[in-house]
This record gives sequence, C-alpha cells and structure tokens, in this order.
Amino acid sequence: MRRYSIFAVAREALRYHSGWEKAWASPEPKKRYDVIVVGAGGHGLATAYYLGKVHGITNVAVIEKGWLGGGNTGRNTTIIRSNYLQDPSSAIFEKARSLYEDLSTDLNYNVMFSPRGLLMLAQSEHEMRGYKRTVYANNLQGVETRWIDRHEVKNLVPILNIDGPRYPVLGALYQERGGTARHDAVAWGYARRCSAMGMDIIQNCEVKGVRTEGGKVVGVDTTKGAIDCGKLAIVVAGHSSVLADMAGFRLPIESRALQAWVSEPIKPTIDVVVMANLVHGYMSQSDKGELVIGGGTDGFNNYSQRGSWQHVEETTRALIETFPVISRLKMLRQWGGIVDMTGDRSPILSKTPVEGIYVNCGWGTGGFKAIPGSGYAMAELVAKDYSPLAAEFGLHRFKEGQFIDESVAAGVAH
Amino acid sequence: MLTLTCPYCGVTVEETELYPGGEAHLKRFGPGSTDAEFESYMFARKNPKGVHFERWRHAYGCGKWFLAARDTVTWEVFGTYSAQTPEPPAALVATIKQKRPGWEGWK
Repeated sequence: MRRYSIFAVAREALRYHSGWEKAWASPEPKKRYDVIVVGAGGHGLATAYYLGKVHGITNVAVIEKGWLGGGNTGRNTTIIRSNYLQDPSSAIFEKARSLYEDLSTDLNYNVMFSPRGLLMLAQSEHEMRGYKRTVYANNLQGVETRWIDRHEVKNLVPILNIDGPRYPVLGALYQERGGTARHDAVAWGYARRCSAMGMDIIQNCEVKGVRTEGGKVVGVDTTKGAIDCGKLAIVVAGHSSVLADMAGFRLPIESRALQAWVSEPIKPTIDVVVMANLVHGYMSQSDKGELVIGGGTDGFNNYSQRGSWQHVEETTRALIETFPVISRLKMLRQWGGIVDMTGDRSPILSKTPVEGIYVNCGWGTGGFKAIPGSGYAMAELVAKDYSPLAAEFGLHRFKEGQFIDESVAAGVAH
Repeated sequence: MLTLTCPYCGVTVEETELYPGGEAHLKRFGPGSTDAEFESYMFARKNPKGVHFERWRHAYGCGKWFLAARDTVTWEVFGTYSAQTPEPPAALVATIKQKRPGWEGWK
C-alpha cells in the first residue's frame, strides 16, 4: 500500500494523477480462512482490521453481499458521542470515540473526524434531571461531558428557539469532543488497511448457508461457492436474524427501518450537533452545507430499507419548532436503513450456541459512533474468546436479566 | 404507507391509525417454566425476512387488538384476523403458501 501524503498528492499532480493505485483488491475467495467476517460495513471491517493489527490474525476474509459500506454505514447521520449512562456502554462508546480521535492517522485515510461538540437538549424537567445524572455518571466514568444552561445553549446554537412554544430548552448535556465523521471514509479507510494486510474483501458474495459439524462451525456456503473457516464473525446489523437462522439459533433482535434525510445545501448555519430527544429529532450540518436530519424508527419489522412517511413528517415538524429558521428549506433526499433492535437497546457482542461463531449486532439506531470500539472489542473476542469491553454485552444477559438499559438512559422514545 | 384492514370494523386504515404490537402467537411462559422457556418467551423473536405474523391495535378506531400476516420485505398484506385465534387460519396459510411457494410455514 502506498501511503497517502502531501508528497503523494504533489507527485501525482505532476503526472496527471496516473499513479494512484486501487485502495483495495477484489480477489476471488480462497478455499479456507482462519476467520471469516460476514458483513463489510464499518463494524465488520473494523473487526477485521483490529484482528490483524492487534492480534496478528491476517488470514481473514470479509464477505459482503452488496458493496462495502453500502448498508447502514452509508445510511446514518454520522454522529459520534459517548455520553451514555451505563458503565459498560460508556466504556465501549468512549473507546470508539477516542479511537476516532486519531483514526485518520492510524488508517492513513482522512475520515474527517470533526469533534465539533454535541448537545442533547433538555426540554422538560425530567429530561433535565436525567441529563444532569448522566453528566455525574460520565464524570465518574472518565467521559468528558458537562451540563450547560439555556443561555450557553443559545450562544452555541443561535438559530435555536429556546423559548418553546411547546418545549422550551432548559439546558443541555454537552459533550465537547463529540461530533461527526465522514461515514464512507471510515469504511473505505478500514478496507484499504485490511487489504494491505493481505485480507480478502469479497464483495457481491452473499452467504446462503452456514455449515456446522458437531456443534462447531466449519464454513459458509456463498454465491461464490463454499468457503471453509476456523471462526465465523457475523457482523450484519439488520440481517443478523437471517444469518443466525442459517446457523440454527435465534437472537433477541427485531429489524426495523430508521430514516434520515438532508435539506438543500445552505451557508454555514450550525456548527454543533443538536439532539432533541423529547421531540425526537437531531440535526447537524454537513461540510457540503446540507442539514442532516434523523428521527425515530418504525414500530414494526421491516427489511425493505424504506420507512414510513409519517416519521419524516413528525421529525421535521418537531425540528421546525426547535429551529424556526429551517421552515422554508426544501428537503433534498431521504433514505432508510434496517437497524437491529434489542430489548434493552444495547448491542450484542457474544459467543453463540455454535462453537466458533461470534455475533456483533444489536447496535440499533446508534452504530456508526461505535465502529472503532466495536471492531476493537469484537476482534479481541474472536481472537481470545474474551474481551473486557464486550463482557457485559453477551447473549447471557437476556437469560440472567443483566440488561444494559439504554432505552431508559437515552431518554429517546425508541 | 402501510394500510391494514381492521377485522372488527372492516375498514382499511393507514398505519397512523394503528399501533404495532410485535410478534403474534407468542406462547406465554410464567412461574414454573424453565429459564430457557422464559427467556425465549420474553426476548427471542422471529424476525423473518419475508412472511411475518404480528399484532396490531386499531388504536384510533375500535381500540381492539388484531393479527396480521405481512411480508416484511414487500409490505404485502396477506390478511388480518381476530386476535382471539391461537394460530393463523388455515385459509390464510393456504393463501400465503400459494403466493410464497418457498415459505417454510408459520412455526
């Protein structure tokens, strides 16, 4: 792999950019790999990357039914934060956020991490108490957040209407080092490094079956033929239940549609990420000038990558009340992704009833921010059968009732 | 937008008039059941890519729960029926089998 640098740009500028090599190879699958990762989204590629980087396992294939980064990795609102209430969540999300800080250097790929600051608005007395509690918890966990009052909120976000009418802003939970990153670049950067380590990224290759012998995984059947493996990591978000079904177990997961949309591009208007969880909308401005807006999931199972229209309407209505200035903007485009929801709204990083199969799923509506931490923990789990970061996110928690209840902590009407 | 016919009112309504209630025909396990049975009842869910049976409530209508058979990919609705039904009606199962020959059945 040739490094990207200012010298490379200068060199290529002098020869009509004829010397750039392909960022990753597109090989045909080998007969056998030590580890197969199913799903070349952010989480799958990060898993493969840290398997190679930290644990020295490079005989790895990442199999993807479509194109890499074409699922939820390319369909989210790119928000990065780690202001969670529960200790295990904070640990893994903060690990991810801190890895994002120097991910561009680590990958030699500009992921455009922009720690522009993130506000979670408190718009009711209860939300205010809840967020203050989260600030106390975060400070104990070593996550830097603070409570700011409504005037400071107004200073940070002048376009915000803090006086209501229905939900006046009372203050906000502020994470200064939260922000956004370029979602495609995260997938591409990891893919490039995985490929450079000799891993095979096999796109347009759908897994059709999982082969097991005596309760142990031996390989997968794909549209490009049978491939053997020592270990199998299933990192497929919305399709986790489908893969689990092939392997013969069931997950506590339901697949739902989550939508996002962007406005027409406008001049710089808002330089932080604002989440208004009471009315359930969140907004930031992309580098292109579009306002990137996200809302809630549909309430019913869905694999169609299309959501219900009324969620777009509800969220946009709520945000217009919060940001009156956007009321005349046209919405440019809208899309949906299939998210994997667990009962406690926390992810699953776990061994499974089948020996050698590991799952990393259940990130639900907030997976993008977790990509580096999730990959780091998953790689450790696959390599060593145990990861301290993943320990409490096992499937066992549903049997034991040891939930990591972020559906309450997030304060969002999921 | 998803539209379903309430089997009690007989009217076809948009999803904004309905409240989704998750997987249908769950067998309830309570005190005296094993941990595995209880866990499975509480959390393990069918999450098929294709034919799915689910509960819906006609929230802004008659207020009653009913059941629906629906395709989770195409959103095609195969039929709706009363919630006081322990398993899908045979006629509905036959209709789905005709439309989805590869379907493995409701269990």
